[in-house]
Amino acid sequence: MTLAFDLILCLMIVGTAAAALLTHNALAAIVFFIVFGNLLGLAWLAMNAVNVAMAEIAIGAGITGVLLILTRQRLMALGDDLVSAETPGWLRAGAVLACTGLTALVGSAVLSVAPADDLGGPIAALLPELGIENPVTGVLLAFRAYDTLLETFVLLGALVAVWSLAPGNAWPRPPASLNLAESGGGSVAQAFGRLLLPLALVMAAYLVWAGSDFPGGAFQAGTVLAGGLIIAAIGGAVAWPRADNSILRAVLVLGPGVFLIIGLAGIALGRFLFYPPGFAKAMIVAIEYSLALSIGATLALLLAGRSVAPDHRS
Amino acid sequence: MTLADYLFPALLYIGVFFYAAGSLGLLRFQDAELRLHALTKADNVGLGFVALAAALHWGSVAVAFKIAAVWLFALMAAGATAQLMARRAKTAAERGTDR
Repeated sequence: MTLAFDLILCLMIVGTAAAALLTHNALAAIVFFIVFGNLLGLAWLAMNAVNVAMAEIAIGAGITGVLLILTRQRLMALGDDLVSAETPGWLRAGAVLACTGLTALVGSAVLSVAPADDLGGPIAALLPELGIENPVTGVLLAFRAYDTLLETFVLLGALVAVWSLAPGNAWPRPPASLNLAESGGGSVAQAFGRLLLPLALVMAAYLVWAGSDFPGGAFQAGTVLAGGLIIAAIGGAVAWPRADNSILRAVLVLGPGVFLIIGLAGIALGRFLFYPPGFAKAMIVAIEYSLALSIGATLALLLAGRSVAPDHRS
Repeated sequence: MTLADYLFPALLYIGVFFYAAGSLGLLRFQDAELRLHALTKADNVGLGFVALAAALHWGSVAVAFKIAAVWLFALMAAGATAQLMARRAKTAAERGTDR
């Protein structure tokens, strides 16, 4: 990549970040945040970090952006005018100071890593034992599997937190439909959802499979799955995912459960999360497929939101 | 210099021209329908030319098919989203709100 491209990209990233922070219109801020996430994904792509780029665009910009838009819509339905109170000057100055300090700290930490301090070498030497070729998957599911295992439980915890916000008389009922495709059928959206959902399934299955050797993996696949489900639900091709659906609940715990069971079985062979030699790839792919399903279900249910009481519109 | 060497930048510039036209329309047109029209038509043609340029640049049939699939997905997504947004804009205008 040329210097001019990098510079323009950096300017655009900083510019969209500033616009998202400084605008007073909540929707404009969200839109700038989504554009910011996509540009950040481009920056990762320019640095050849394809896995990170995919995760940033799918989760950082995509799912988070949709969550923010839905939050705004639900707040407006509750009568919140989304105008934040004027913050005192000392608070702003303090926030600027704290953020600058954090940025300097992170920046110096990153710059202190010598470019020649090559972790890629040792990892590449270990990968053949796992039988996979994507070093990111190797790190996420073998060398640092502990982190990933905990992450999957954090994601589940976030969903439980959203569910627990539902009022008592709303449980167990469907989430608020978004009425996006109201007024006159929305047949185009419905047809699009019907077309997209099976394609999203195939795409997700491919992303997990490809994730062993190429960029891809459970998180990206789960996001694609959730995206397909939600678009189909918006168009009315399928019903909104419900928190009291027992199949969905089983899918939610499938990934973390399989991960935990394989991890515990490793104790019998020596230590927690130990994959028996020769079976490492099979274990990793099994974990990744069940994780992709769980992440897809979790994200879709997060987007659908908590259940609402029957008398409440949104 | 082969023909492809001239064609690649030419296709890119044509694509960027259509993108610029679409963005100009988004900024200058008055109402939601017109702006959606500029976005979905001009930008999709622009994306088509950029995709053609990319397919030519990488010069492999497999990659070209993947790029074509990406373009098709973008077309469908843009069309379906624009339709939803136009519907929304219409009902909002009828109700006299911006929600």
